[in-house]
Amino acid sequence: MRLTVDDLAARRSGRRIFSRLSFALEPGEALMVTGRNGAGKSTLLALLAGRLKPDAGTIAVTEVGEATLPECLHVVGHRDGLKSPLTAEENLAFARDLLGAARMSPGEALAELGLGHALKLPVAYLSAGQRRRVALARLLVCRRPLWLLDEPTAALDTASQAVLAGLMARHRAEGGLIIAATHQSLGLDDARELRIGETASAPEAPVTAEAWW
Amino acid sequence: MTRALLALLVRDLTLAARVGGSGALSLVFFLMIVVLVPFALGPDLNLLSRIGPAILWLAAVLATLIGLDRLFQADEEDGSLDLMTGAPVPLEGVVLAKVLAHWLTTGLPLALVSPLFGLLLALDGTAMLATALTLLVGTPALTFVGAVGAALTASIRRGGLILAVLVLPLMIPTLIFGVSASEAASSGTVPFATPLMILGALSLIAAVIGTFAAAAALRWSE
Amino acid sequence: MVGVVEDAILRATPALLLHRTLGYFRRTMWNRIAHPGHFMRWTGPLMPWLAGLSALLLGIGLYLTWFVVPPDYQQGETVRIMYIHVPAAWLGVFFYGSMAFSAIGTLVWRHPLADVAQRAAAPIGAAFTIICLVTGSLWGKPMWGTYWVWDARLTSMLVLFLIYCGIIALWRTIEDPNRAARAIAILTLVGAVNLPIIKFSVNWWSTLHQPASILRMGGSSIDPSMLYPLLLMILAFTLLGVTLHLYGMRTEILRRRVRALTIREAERLDARPASTGSLPVGQAVQGF
Repeated sequence: MRLTVDDLAARRSGRRIFSRLSFALEPGEALMVTGRNGAGKSTLLALLAGRLKPDAGTIAVTEVGEATLPECLHVVGHRDGLKSPLTAEENLAFARDLLGAARMSPGEALAELGLGHALKLPVAYLSAGQRRRVALARLLVCRRPLWLLDEPTAALDTASQAVLAGLMARHRAEGGLIIAATHQSLGLDDARELRIGETASAPEAPVTAEAWW
Repeated sequence: MTRALLALLVRDLTLAARVGGSGALSLVFFLMIVVLVPFALGPDLNLLSRIGPAILWLAAVLATLIGLDRLFQADEEDGSLDLMTGAPVPLEGVVLAKVLAHWLTTGLPLALVSPLFGLLLALDGTAMLATALTLLVGTPALTFVGAVGAALTASIRRGGLILAVLVLPLMIPTLIFGVSASEAASSGTVPFATPLMILGALSLIAAVIGTFAAAAALRWSE
Repeated sequence: MVGVVEDAILRATPALLLHRTLGYFRRTMWNRIAHPGHFMRWTGPLMPWLAGLSALLLGIGLYLTWFVVPPDYQQGETVRIMYIHVPAAWLGVFFYGSMAFSAIGTLVWRHPLADVAQRAAAPIGAAFTIICLVTGSLWGKPMWGTYWVWDARLTSMLVLFLIYCGIIALWRTIEDPNRAARAIAILTLVGAVNLPIIKFSVNWWSTLHQPASILRMGGSSIDPSMLYPLLLMILAFTLLGVTLHLYGMRTEILRRRVRALTIREAERLDARPASTGSLPVGQAVQGF
């Protein structure tokens, strides 16, 4: 798939987060979104995931058939989307059935992340790092072309970070896209970088609903 | 699509069974209200059997509210709602599956145990069966109306109280027809079928409005 | 194939269809008439006239009510309460209707003025509903011998008041105005669909539980000497309500303008030290 973002602007509680954001991603490309805290990294990911409506601008995907953008992507963020009373396997099986396009079994996906032993454990028993790895295993149980990762290495040790880097490289080699909001290098070679929020130098009012007041 | 919604339904039922949360709690709460009423009114069996269906219905309305505030809030907090936004099913379907799971774990058990609790209120056999039947037909309306409130308050911390204020006025018609159908069965000024049909209609209307309104409230709720 | 069609139908929610067919409205007419700036400009000079006219009509109406209208042969002097009670009831319902209309404006056109109109209408509608309930109760004391009887009409108004309370309460719990607008609009529409159902159920309930011999307010036959003052009072109250509503909308617009300006000022102050640095440019990516 191809992703084109044009002249995007976002607002939250009437406060402008960013505006005039444009970029395009081709198959196999990765984009690292950087910027200081509160610059709008998570807001950008929420816009792409369809949780927020843009204030202005367009987000377009092509070469995905009839699917909408939220149906083409995986989100792994601060909120891991796991239910503590369910086992890792049940959580992943649920994600696979809900999202469709199954690819690996939960057991295989967990084994890839070195968590094969946790298959039958309730997620409540797992540490923060292990939970994050279970959430990352969701990337493998269903096939989706775009990965949206919000601080994916948070709570991961170096070994797991290397595993994640390997998974991302494989995903890109298969023609997948990655957008990651991060503070640190993720081991993504030749990834492009998008800095947001550092140049708020053009405070001209955009023509939107909020500017009416 | 069916597979995704079925997975959601099964997950919610599993969660309810494993945590033992809202479902069992609602039943206990239901029992407690039924027990409290005789303490307030006195143990006059004639009086209790006369107002028994009303007590059971009032208790059912209040018990439905228990746990309703977590219906969407729990998924909103831990990010599961993001997963559902990305699922290849419309959000209306998600709402329908979750409401169905909630009804199966609260409304249905309430209706099934109500004859048992009717014993405490000296209900005769007809009244017991009639009340159970009206609860079976009417509680879906309560759950669907409540789901709208749950969706509207999903991102509000401690939304339980505001949820009750929002949805209780909208539950009045269900309460009216639920009680009058149960009473019609034993006293007989009106045929039992009339209020029961209206009760069923209320459930169907609530299902349509509730599904669309709750989905609309969840969409871009942030 | 069937699955695809099914999906498409499910996805085309009514709001979305309306949005598509009527979308051009937003871009043309509505923007001109209902732009908040325009609204402030054309209502500004109108306000003193509206306020004066409603005061005048209300004065005449009250004079007629107190000094001209004959006492009722059955209800005596207490019938004069009806001249406040009936218009208040009408406005309580009227403002809920206007809120439902505004709610459609918010959901379909995402028009900010619709939300302003709705927010200004809620407290006014609630206030008139309270006036209706209090006057009804005062009228009930001499008529029924008690301040409250579960009369079908009064009870329906009481439920309406509860719904108003819920709407105002939800407003106060959601801080972000855009999010609040959406939530309130949905709640208002759900309430609007429910109100006729509530009215119907309360009537049913009331006929089940009440003896039929209750003296009702405003029968079907009413003498012209009482009807015309009543119509005048309804007109005066409506004008008063609309005037209050416009004042409320103007205040709400100013409040939002202050909010937007405060936020913009905070952004400007925040941006000043950062803007002295050089522009960092990503590889092949332009971003602000």
